[in-house]
Parts: sequence; C-alpha cells; structure tokens
Amino acid sequence: MDFTIILQAGVASGTVLLFATLGEILTERSGVLNLGVEGMMLIGAMFAFKVTNASGNPWLGVLAAILMAGLLSQIHAFITVTLQADQVVSGLSLTFLGTGISLVLGEGLSKAGTVALLPAFSFPLLSQIPILGPIFFTEQSIMVYLGYVLIPLAWFYINRTRPGMHLRAVGEYPAAADALGINVFRLRYFYVFVGGALAGLAGATISLAISPGWFSELTTAGMGWIAVGLVIFAQWDPLRAAFGSYAFGALRRLILDIQGPTVFVGAIGGFKFLEMRNPFYYNPYWGFFLQMLPYAFTIIVLVIGSREAMRKRLGAPAALGNPYIRGARGL
Amino acid sequence: MSQSAASPFFKRLPFALRIEARVEEPPGWYPLTISLGAILLALILGGIVIALAGGDPIRSYLHIANASFGNVGVFSDTLVKATPLIMTGLACSVAFRMKLWNIGAEGQFIMGAFGASAVVLAPLLPAETSPWVFIPVMLLAGMVAGALWGFIPGFLKATLRVNEIISSLMLNYIAVAWINFWIFAVWTEGGFQMSPQFPKNAWLPRLTDLAARFPFFAGLTTHLGLLFGILLAVLVWFVLYRSRWGYEIRLIGDNPQAARYAGLNITANTILVMMFSGALAGIGGMSEVTGMVHRLQTAPLAAGYGFTGIIVAWLAKLNPLAVMPVSILFGALILAGREIQPSGIPKMIQGIILVCLIASDFLMRYRVYLVRKNQEA
Amino acid sequence: MTTDTPRNNLPVAEQPSGKPEARRTVLGERLVEEPLQSADLPVIEMRGIVKRFPGVLANDHVDFDLRRGEIHALLGENGAGKSTLMNVLAGMYQPEAGEILIRGQKVNFTSPRDAIRAGIGMVHQHFMLVPSQTVTENILLGLDTPRFVVKLSQYDRVVADLGEQYGLKVDPRAKIWQLSVGEQQRVEILKMLYRGAEILIMDEPTAVLAPTEIEGLIKTLRAMVARGKSIIFISHKLQEVMAVADRVTVLRKGRVTAAGLETSQTTRQDLARLMVGREVLFRLDKKPRQPGEVVLSIEDVHAENDKGLPALRGVSLHVRSGEIVGLAGVAGNGQRELAQVITGLRKVKSGRICLNGTDIHNCDAHISIREGVSHIPEDRTHVGTAPNLSVTDNVIMKSYRKPPIGRGVILDMSAATRFANELKEAYDIIVPTVETPARLLSGGNLQRVILAREISGRPVLMVAMQPTRGLDVGAIEGVHRLLLAQREAGAAILLVSEELEELLSLSDRLYVIYEGQMMGELQTDAANVSQDQFEIIGLMMTGTPLEHIRKQTGAS
Repeated sequence: MDFTIILQAGVASGTVLLFATLGEILTERSGVLNLGVEGMMLIGAMFAFKVTNASGNPWLGVLAAILMAGLLSQIHAFITVTLQADQVVSGLSLTFLGTGISLVLGEGLSKAGTVALLPAFSFPLLSQIPILGPIFFTEQSIMVYLGYVLIPLAWFYINRTRPGMHLRAVGEYPAAADALGINVFRLRYFYVFVGGALAGLAGATISLAISPGWFSELTTAGMGWIAVGLVIFAQWDPLRAAFGSYAFGALRRLILDIQGPTVFVGAIGGFKFLEMRNPFYYNPYWGFFLQMLPYAFTIIVLVIGSREAMRKRLGAPAALGNPYIRGARGL
Repeated sequence: MSQSAASPFFKRLPFALRIEARVEEPPGWYPLTISLGAILLALILGGIVIALAGGDPIRSYLHIANASFGNVGVFSDTLVKATPLIMTGLACSVAFRMKLWNIGAEGQFIMGAFGASAVVLAPLLPAETSPWVFIPVMLLAGMVAGALWGFIPGFLKATLRVNEIISSLMLNYIAVAWINFWIFAVWTEGGFQMSPQFPKNAWLPRLTDLAARFPFFAGLTTHLGLLFGILLAVLVWFVLYRSRWGYEIRLIGDNPQAARYAGLNITANTILVMMFSGALAGIGGMSEVTGMVHRLQTAPLAAGYGFTGIIVAWLAKLNPLAVMPVSILFGALILAGREIQPSGIPKMIQGIILVCLIASDFLMRYRVYLVRKNQEA
Repeated sequence: MTTDTPRNNLPVAEQPSGKPEARRTVLGERLVEEPLQSADLPVIEMRGIVKRFPGVLANDHVDFDLRRGEIHALLGENGAGKSTLMNVLAGMYQPEAGEILIRGQKVNFTSPRDAIRAGIGMVHQHFMLVPSQTVTENILLGLDTPRFVVKLSQYDRVVADLGEQYGLKVDPRAKIWQLSVGEQQRVEILKMLYRGAEILIMDEPTAVLAPTEIEGLIKTLRAMVARGKSIIFISHKLQEVMAVADRVTVLRKGRVTAAGLETSQTTRQDLARLMVGREVLFRLDKKPRQPGEVVLSIEDVHAENDKGLPALRGVSLHVRSGEIVGLAGVAGNGQRELAQVITGLRKVKSGRICLNGTDIHNCDAHISIREGVSHIPEDRTHVGTAPNLSVTDNVIMKSYRKPPIGRGVILDMSAATRFANELKEAYDIIVPTVETPARLLSGGNLQRVILAREISGRPVLMVAMQPTRGLDVGAIEGVHRLLLAQREAGAAILLVSEELEELLSLSDRLYVIYEGQMMGELQTDAANVSQDQFEIIGLMMTGTPLEHIRKQTGAS
C-alpha cells in the first residue's frame, strides 16, 4: 500500500469534488442553494462522453458538458430567482431531471468502448520535488492542474475583487445591494450558471479523465451530494474546500487499495515496524463497510462544519435559501 | 411588484407582462387545474425529449397507459407498484409538512425491509409460526428499523443543526451497503445475490391466495400492503388535521418562530417527526419485501421508491389522502417504464413533472396577465 | 455660480462658467449639472404621482416640491404613503402615473442607480448595510470603481476623510455588525455623500436614535444644508417636524392634505388635524383605579442577548393587577430580552421572576402560557402568526391544549371554528371566513387576531410589545381601548413601547430602561404630564438615572 500512490490518486479524484464544491460555493455565496449538483454532474459526464465519442475530440466534450450543465442550472435559476419558489425542492427536482435526461440521452453509451481522453502529463521541474512532486505533479490529468489554478483564483475573486464584493453582498443582504443599483437577479442567474457549469466540468472530469466511461447513475456515485456537504465543511471558503476535496479523494482511493495486499507492512527507510495480516483481504465482505465510509465521513464532516458555524456564530451567507423579493418588509 | 425581473428585450414588445401578488385566495378549482396543467406540460416536454432520443412519444405514452391500466391483471400490477409509493409518499408528506427535508426515505425503506427480513432470516421466529404472529412482528420490526434510520438525521438536525438533506441522503447509501453485506456475507442463498426465500407463513396475503373462493382473483398479486397503505393514509390525515400533534407539526412547519412563541418544543418534534416519517417508510419496506419480493434482495428494494415518494408527496400537495391516487399514477409509470426504451424515461418524466409543478406554484401566489403597453397613462 | 463641495477631497474637473456641461469627479462619477441659479426654483418637483400596490392605492396624484437648501418634512401616519413616495423618487419603485422633474428637467428613474446618478440619495429606515462587510466595503458597493481589484486601505483613508469633513466620525475598517445604530446611520449618510448626493431623503431617521443622538443628527443635517444640500425628512412625529423642518407636506391615506407649509406658520394642532382628519385626542379616557396585589415581580435579573452580550443587567420591576406599567426606552436597550425572559423564551443568568408568588424564571414558554401570561409580540408577522395557516389555526395557538378545543390527543376542529367565529365577531376582525390564511390579512386585522387570541385567554399578566406599531389611528384607538378594558378587568399589563405619548397616556407607572438597567420609576398621572416630565424621561432614556436627575434639580 503505497501512500504516495494513494495521495496521488486522491488528488485526481478529489479534483472532481473540487470543481463541484467550488461551483456550489459560488452559487451559495450569491444566496441560492442548488441541490441539483448531482444531476448536473451526470449531465456533464454524459455529454462529455457522448460528444467526445461522436467527435473524437475530448475538448469538445468538455465544452458540451459545461454548456449543457449550465443550461440545466438556468432552469433552477428561473424557478428560484424569478418565480421565487422553494430552493430546496427545485434543486431536488433538477437532480431528478438531470439524472433522468442523462439516462435517456445516454442510452447505449456504455457500449461505446473507449474514447479519446483528456491529456495527462507530468510537470517537468515540479515533479522532481521530493514528496510533493510525485503526488501533485506527476502523471496527473490536465484537469487536476486546472484545479490547482482555480483554487487561488476563486479565493482571490471572492475576497479581493469588486465583483466578488458584490457577490458577497448579494448573498448576505440583497436588499442593500439592490438599493445601490446592483442587479441581484442577474447576478444570481450568473452564479447559478457558474455553479452548474463547474458541476458539468466535474462530470466531464470523471468520464474523460478519472474514471473514463459512462456507467449511468453509478458514474457519480453520490459525489454531487458529497460536494454539497463539503461546502458546509468548507465554511464557504475555497481553501478549505480544496483541503476537504483532496482528503475525500484520498479516502476513496484508500478504501479501494486497502482491500488489496495480503499483509500490511509499515516501513520507514527500510525498517519494518509493522507486519500484520490484512483483515480486509481475508474478509472481503467487510468491503461493504468500507463502502460506507465516504458517506459516513460526509456526515461527520457536516457535524464538524455545523458545530463550527454555531461556535463562531458564522455560517452560511445570510440570505441563502431565501428568494429576494423587492419591497418585502423585513429582510 | 409591477415589474418582473425581465431584461430590456421585453420592453420592446408591444405587450407587457403584469405580475401582481394575489390579495386573496385563488378560486377553489385553481390548484387542481394548475397541477393538471403542469402535468400536461410535463408530458409534452417529455415527449420532446423522447423524440430527440429517437423514440416515438405518442406510442410510448400509449404503451404506458395500456401497460398499466389495460386490463385487470396489469391494473393489479400497477397497484402493487403503487403500494410502496403510498407509504414513502406519506413519509415525505409528514416530514415536509414540518419543512424537514427527508430525502432519506429510500434508506428508511430499505432498513424497514431489512428489519422485517431479520425476523425471518435470523431467524427470530421459526418458519412454522402462524402468519398472525409473523406479520405483526415483521410490521413492528420494519417500523422500528425505519424509525431508527429516521432518528439519526432528526437527532443531528435537532441538536447540532446538521443539514438533514445531506445526512439523510448519505444514510441511503449506507443502508444499501448494509443490506448488501447481509445478503452477500450472511444470508446468502447458494452464492446468488439474494437471501433465501421467505417461508410462506411470512408472506403478506395476496388476492390470488383467495382464488379458491373468488376465481376472479387468480393471478392478481395485489397484497395486504395496499390495505396498510390506505389505513396509514387515513391515519396520517387524522394525525395532521385532527390531532394536537398534527397541529403542532403544521405550525412548526409554517413558522418556527411563532411555534416557539407558542411554547412548542421544536427539538423534540424534529426528532419525533423524523422517526414517524422513517417508520412510515419502514413499513413500506416491510410491505414490499414480505408482500412482493419475498426475499432480501437489493435491486428490487433499492428501486427508488424513496425518491419517487418525494415527487408523490409534492404532487399531492402534502395531503395524505391525495397521496393515494398520485401513487397509482406513478406506479403506472414505474410499471410501464420497465419495458420502455430508453429505460431512463420514467425517471425523466418524473423530473419534468416535478419541475413543472414547482414552477406552477408561482401562479398560486401571483396573478399574471398581459396589458397593452400604451394603456399606461 | 454654485460653490461645489469637492467630493472625497479629490479635485473636481472644472468647467468654465456659463453653459452647463457634464462634470465629473476624478473617480469618474458623472454629475448632473444645475442649469438654474435662483434659489427659489425647486430642485425637485413631483407632479401627479400615482403608485398602486395590490389592493391599495399608496399615492393618489401626489404633488411635492423641494427647494434648494431647505429641510422639507414629509409628515403622515403609518401607511399614509410617505415612504412609497420617496421610494418612487429614489428609483426603487416606478409610478403608474405622474412625472418627476429634477432642476426643471424631466427624469425617468428605472432603478436606484439612476436616482443616485441624479444626485438623490436615500437613507432608509431599515439600514441597507451588509452586516458582515466593513464600512468602506459598504460605501463602495455598487460603484463602478474600483474596476476589478480592490485595495481597501486606499479607500479607507478616503472614507475617513469624508467623515471628518461632515462631522460623521466612523472607523472605516469596522464591520457593520460591530457598530452602534447611530454609527450605522452615519455610514448610510456617508454612503450617499460619497456618491455625490445633493439631495438626501431621510426615512424616519430618529426612530432608532436616543435623544442625544437625535441632536447630533439634527446638527449634521443643518451642517449639510449650509453646504448647499437639500433634505427631505420623513416622519410621523409632530414635535420633530416642528423642530427641524423649514417646510412640511402632509399626506393622509395617499393624498396630500397640505403642501409645503412653512413650519413657522403652523401649529402642532393644525398638523395633527391635517394628518388625521379630525381632532386628535392626546389624552385617553382612563379611569382612576386602585391597583391590587402584585402579580409580576422581577428581581435583579441578568440575561444575555443572542450575541452573548449582557442585555439585562440587574433589572427589577413589579406590576400589580389592574394597572398598566409602561416601559420606555429607545429600541435595543433590553426590552425585547425582558419580554422574552418573562414569557419563557429566554433563559436568565440570575435573578427571580415571580408570577403571583410562583417563581417562573427559566420555565419554558408553555408553562408561562399555562400560568396565564399572554404575550403580544413585537413582530406580528414573523413571530405572532403563522402566515399560511387559517385564522382559526392562528387563534387557537395558545388554547389548543385545553378543552373545549384540545381533548386528549384530539383537536376538536368544530369547537375551534366556533371559537374563531366568536372572536371574529367580538373583535371585529374583517376577513371573508375564518379559514382564510393569515397572510392575506392587513396589519390592523392581524393585530386584532393576536389581541383576540391573547385576551380571550383571560390572562393574569399581559406583556404587550409595541402593540400599535404600524397601525393607523383607528386601529391604534381600538388597541388602546382593549388594553384599558383589560386593566378594568384586573389584568396586570406591562406595556413596552417607543411612543412616549402612548406610554404616558396609558400607563399608571412608568419605568425607563437603558442598556439593560432601570434608570428609574415614575408615577404618571395622565392628567398632568408636564414638559418637565418629558425632559426627565428623555434624560433617563439616554442613561441618566433618576436619582442623579433629582439630585441635580433638587426637585421631587
């Protein structure tokens, strides 16, 4: 069980969660809760695979994924921002819709065989850095490197730019933003789109890079929901989101790998300090409990996030979940 | 508001959309008409997607109607499919009434099936036990297992303010892994992915069991679970509208601050309602496993009844009595959907219906009408 | 030539005199130039404004004009249409009819941004500030500069300078939630000044200020006027209007009853009549009564507010049966927390709360309800009623646990409906049926529902928080009558209100609370409330305990 490999794979699959989480952070920061992430990820994964299969060019697939998932998100935006309906139910219904449409239009894709995938490579100098190099910069998909760039970009955008300031205002106290001429509705539509597009990107990352192929609903295995939970753990901050995403990615890989070796060996510099039979190898049915781990961990992560929010009296953007009605008395 | 969040494009049209908040309740026929209109729209949109995927929408819809209501036999099958939906629909209605978003009805359903199965497979009761004992014990086990699975997210929400949507959803996945373990590792039947079949005494009676007396019933698999569903629907209606607890549930759901001001304990009620909701879904699981599947097997139990229950509840506008006809409608969809290509169609239609329904709620709160531009003096 | 105040201390691009052209500040803000020089021509003219909301005609062909350099008050009671009119002027609403002229030129505002660009800035009653962001961030919100990257420190300095200039001191780096209400108001004003507002609309600015802060505000307003700004001052308080404004326009039920009166040439009585339409009785018909036993006794109670800060610091008071005890104080000094600890909605850290001898401190709300405490909450829509439930459901909120409505686990809905109909008759609740959802009721009707519910329980103690806020005069009179009737019937009533007039006319005794402590207790014989008493109460409301005042004046 090579921890370097586990972390390396963890960063890769964590990138999927990262995109979805960052997208949802931006959406929720504007005050809209989007529970349709899972559906949008599936749409993204399916369209990426389908378009790549048809055209041979994975980048077209990525583009299709982003656009179609973003389009789906606009339904949610219309229902919640313009029609002011309940954001929770609307998001759920979009998960159904996204899942359903991706199943219908993705019919037969699982028999499509292999398609052209997104390029993966090692960064020339950076992959030589001891310890960090092999994990972060060696043989990673281009999407992973994109993720590295998005993290500081997202942080900077939210906290140090004017549009970021407007974003935060719209999510905290939309009436104030409205009174100063900021178009609350337009911004919310925009950030819902961004969130949906990033969810689509996450889906494309799955089907064209991390776990290539289309496996109907199993493609995402609930990662869209884990992303929504991670947003709470991340306290709506991109840096914490990155930590959480990569940690989860590593956990998923660990669960796979831990069932492999017949013996656990712990060694440092050649000195063996631990050698024991691998219970998970000899009792393969325990694997089911391992399967539960990511989901149980999500609950734990939620608890941590909620307790922190309660303690620091911080938490969600104040207007999250509430439609903005101009002229409503009170908030 | 006399203006919508419309873009400048609309200003160039000769007509304008006037949107006004309603000051009175819309007329009584409104809600039903709007809902029906939403469903109609959904069917049309679904048809478009089917056409895009290369299918024939009209033929698909006719096929669905025929395959579910065409004759007594298929109607009985539709009722069988509707039975678990009634109970998950009730589970979601109760929870949603208090604005508790129980997305975990799926997991609670599965655990209910597990609880009932454990009675048979552990075994807690020998196979020769009379059905008069078996069924109530399995019912109780299913209820308790479901209630427990509902307790967890309820407790987390009440004490730690953990978002119940995600926690209950995660428990769905955990429930599937849980029964997989028992099916593969403990109660496996000769290496196949299912448990041994339940003894006949542990089956819920079906119409076809009465074929000796009523030849008409031969082959009809509608089972006692349907009766459970109907009784539960009436019970839930009674609880919500004629009991003190139901009043508290509705008050908390409508305005938690007012509820606190009226002296209600929101923490306790959160936990109790989630347990009640879980118990209802658990009974659904018990009914499905002992009435239809007759063994512990993942695929027929983790078939999305919990998720469809959400849509059923919403379409029924959280009214327990309306859950029944709506469940039959969706039962038809599920049944017919088995044979339809592509197989994702029923799910997609469900999604479109829900989206249209939610969008149509808007018309309940706002009046929309066209005015000629130059009428603005 | 107008002397222009440089905005932000940054040089203004100057144009030669004569033809007015677009002038810009260094930051690029475009200013609308004034073509007219005469001080008498109106800076703003609103003609024939009509604004409708579903079910109500808020502005009915209203005319309004504002001269340069004046403070013009817009007077009217709650619901008269003042805020609506100003929201139209500030670009938040579009009128159905009418026109607006700024310096003689017709304008059409489609959003607040247009109005701000025309030099009109509105300071709302409920501040439009984002609590989690800093002062500077709030001031910069919505502007086109800085373009992309925000260097806050640079703007902090600019904001600080602007504040110095106008005497509005505030720390630019503080987050809004850390500021006091008065400081937040200063931020709101600075926000508008930064954008080059020449015309300021202040919507009920004194509602949340203590008397000394009010003086500060008035000084600031006069200073701004001296620099050539024009101010519109919305209020429903006659004394303020007479004290502050040069001219006043009175609105009643959406119509103008008096336009642009010189305040020097009118009296409070005239204004009151124009506001209400009939002789307003400033004194109510209160019979003298001997109060009975002590019903509520609060001793040395300490409690915290939602933020964990001390809200009640050793509060003691008592209320006897058959008397109305008033609690005066500027909003936010502990009144809400006091009502909550009495009704069981908040825990105390120490102290005793005794109801007819039984200690009920830290008991849950349902216990206090059971013991006969009724509570009229401040917020009738968000706390006092459930909007989507029927009137019946709302009216049984406190009595559903007992027969005839609550029988064991069952709820007898027919008994409940009968009860609701009885209350509908008795309290004159105007509603099609008792099945109507509460959200469709007007403010006055909603308050009647709440009063019906609370009074029908025959309470021993009533805690009434701002019971007449937002109601029209007819409804207010109705509430007062009901309170007095309860007093006759022997209930003990604790009345918390921000309207000193109301407190003085209804109460038998008056406490004043400031920052969680009692400043003193006064006997208020309604027949002779002197000017002295007003001043004494005002001093207490701003933190001077009664003993100090008495020591200083040497009076009894």
